[in-house]
Amino acid sequence: MKHFDALDKLLDALPLENGLSISFHHHLRDGDGVINPVLRALKKRDIKDMHLYVSSIFPSYKAIKELMESGHIKDITTNYMNGPVAQAISQNGLKGTLKMQSHGGRARAFIEGENKVDIAFIAAPAVSRQGDITGAVGKNSFGSIGYACEDARHASLKVAITDTFRDDFTPQIKGELVDYVLEVDSIGDVARMASGTLKITKDPLGLKIARETMQFLTAIKAIKQDVSFQSGAGGVSLSITKMFNDYLKRHALQASFYSGGITGVHVDALEKGLVRDLYDVQCFDRAAAKSLFVNAHHHFMCASDYANPNNEKRIIKALDIVILGASEIDLDFNVNVTTDSYNTLIGGSGGHSDTAEDAKLSIIVSPLLRARTVLIKDRVNTITTQGRFVDVLITERGIAINPLRTDLIEAIKGSDLNVMSIEELQKKAYNLTGIPKSKNHKLSAIGIVENRHGDAQDTLYKKE
Amino acid sequence: MDKPIMTGSLESSDCLITLYETDTPIIEVDTIVHDAFHDHILHLIKDVLKHYDLEHLSVRIQDKGALDYAIKARLKAAIEIYEDDSNG
Repeated sequence: MKHFDALDKLLDALPLENGLSISFHHHLRDGDGVINPVLRALKKRDIKDMHLYVSSIFPSYKAIKELMESGHIKDITTNYMNGPVAQAISQNGLKGTLKMQSHGGRARAFIEGENKVDIAFIAAPAVSRQGDITGAVGKNSFGSIGYACEDARHASLKVAITDTFRDDFTPQIKGELVDYVLEVDSIGDVARMASGTLKITKDPLGLKIARETMQFLTAIKAIKQDVSFQSGAGGVSLSITKMFNDYLKRHALQASFYSGGITGVHVDALEKGLVRDLYDVQCFDRAAAKSLFVNAHHHFMCASDYANPNNEKRIIKALDIVILGASEIDLDFNVNVTTDSYNTLIGGSGGHSDTAEDAKLSIIVSPLLRARTVLIKDRVNTITTQGRFVDVLITERGIAINPLRTDLIEAIKGSDLNVMSIEELQKKAYNLTGIPKSKNHKLSAIGIVENRHGDAQDTLYKKE
Repeated sequence: MDKPIMTGSLESSDCLITLYETDTPIIEVDTIVHDAFHDHILHLIKDVLKHYDLEHLSVRIQDKGALDYAIKARLKAAIEIYEDDSNG
C-alpha cells in the first residue's frame, strides 16, 4: 500500500487513460469534499470519455456538470440525483448513457462484474496504518460507509482518501483491499451531511398522512412483537417512525430491527429498547453516526448485505414493513421517484425498488395534490418501482390498496378507514383540479432505469 | 384606475393577480402547470371578467398551482377593489 500526501502525486502514480471508469460514494451527501477536487484534477489531466460510477449525486457535486460539458465524463451510472447536475443531464443528456440503478442493484452489478470500475476513490473518515477504513470515527465521521464496500472489493484499484489517521477502530472496509492512501486536509464538511429534509414534519397534511398510516397499520394488525420496519428520512416518513416508536412503547412491544438509512429517530428507539437492532447502510444525521460508534446493537452493513437481490442473507429479505414516497403513482401502482412528469430527473430509486420488492408490506405515503398537480397518473412518466411490488397508497384524502393484495382488502373490512379504489382516489383529485391536458414529450432517449436484477425497466428522456 | 391592483401571492398553491387598464385588453397567463392547465386558466379568467362585464380590463396571473376556487377568489377580490375605486 502506498501513501501520498498530495492528489497530484497520487494521480501521477495511477494508470490514467481516456475511457477510464471511476467510482465514488455519497455518504457525505452535500458535505462531500472529495468528488469535486478529484474530478477537476482528472479534467486538468485531460482524461476524456470517463464513466462515472457514483452511488448518488447531490447538488454540490458541481464538477460532474463541468466534466460532462467539457467531454471528460461520457457515461454516468448512479442510484439517485438531484440539483444542478440532474437538471443539466435532463436538459442535454450525456455524451454517452445514463444508467439509474438501485442501491441493491448497484452492489449486485459490482459483484457480478457489470459495473466495471478501474479506480474507486473512497472518502474515508479514518484510515489505519494497515489501510483499514471506517466511517465511524474521524473529524468527518459520517457513520456507515455501506455504499462503498463493493467498490472497495471489486474495483481494479482502490484509493482511500482521508483526513484522519487512527488505529483504534473496527474496520468497515479491510485494509487488504486498499491499494493507495491519500492524505488530504479535509474530506469535506460532515456538518452539511444532514440536509433540510431530515425534520419531523409540522405540515398538517403530512401529519394527517402519518396518522392515517398508523391507523392502517393498526387496523391490519401489522405492528406485532418482533416486527421489522424501514422508512426513509423525508418529513412524513420520519413522523411515521416516531409514531411507530410511540405505538411500540404504549403497547409494550419490541421491534426486531429497523434497517436502511438511519436517523436520530431510529437511534432513539434503540436506546429506549423499542427495537433490538439497527442495520445501517447510511447515516442520515450525526446522531446516527455517533450511535453507530457507541451502540453495540447499531450495526454497520454493506449495500450488498442490505439489498443485493442475489444475496440470500440480505437484511431486507426479512423486512415486514417499508414506508416509501412517490413523485407519481399510476393506476397499476407503478411508482416514479426518478423524474417529474416533464422528464426532469429529481431523484432515483436509491433503496425504493429494493425494499418495495422484498418487504412483506410496501406502503407509499404522499400528498394527493402538490399545488395543482395530481399524484395519481394514468401512467407514470418513469417506472422506478413496479406496481406489483407496491401494496398500499396512503394520502391525506384516502387510501388505495393494490387489488393484488386481496388479503389486505379483507383485513381492513369493518374498519372506518377511508379506503377506495385508486381510480376513485384519482377522480377525487381531478374533482378539485380539473382534468389536466397531458402532453407526451418522449423524443430523445438519454438513458435507462435498470431494475435491481439488471434488466432494463424503463427509458429516460430529455426534457423537451 | 390610477395604478394596477394586485391580489394574491406567489406562495405554492396560490396566484398573484394584477388587474390593470390598457388601450387593448390582454390576458397573460404564467403558470407552473402550463402544459396541463394554461388554456383552462385563460378561459376561467375570461369567464369571470365577462360575468362582471369588465372585459375591457387586462389581467396578468402568475400562478403557482392554485385551484380554480383560489384563482376566482383572487380575481374577484381585485375586481371588488376596482369597483370600490371606481365608485369612490
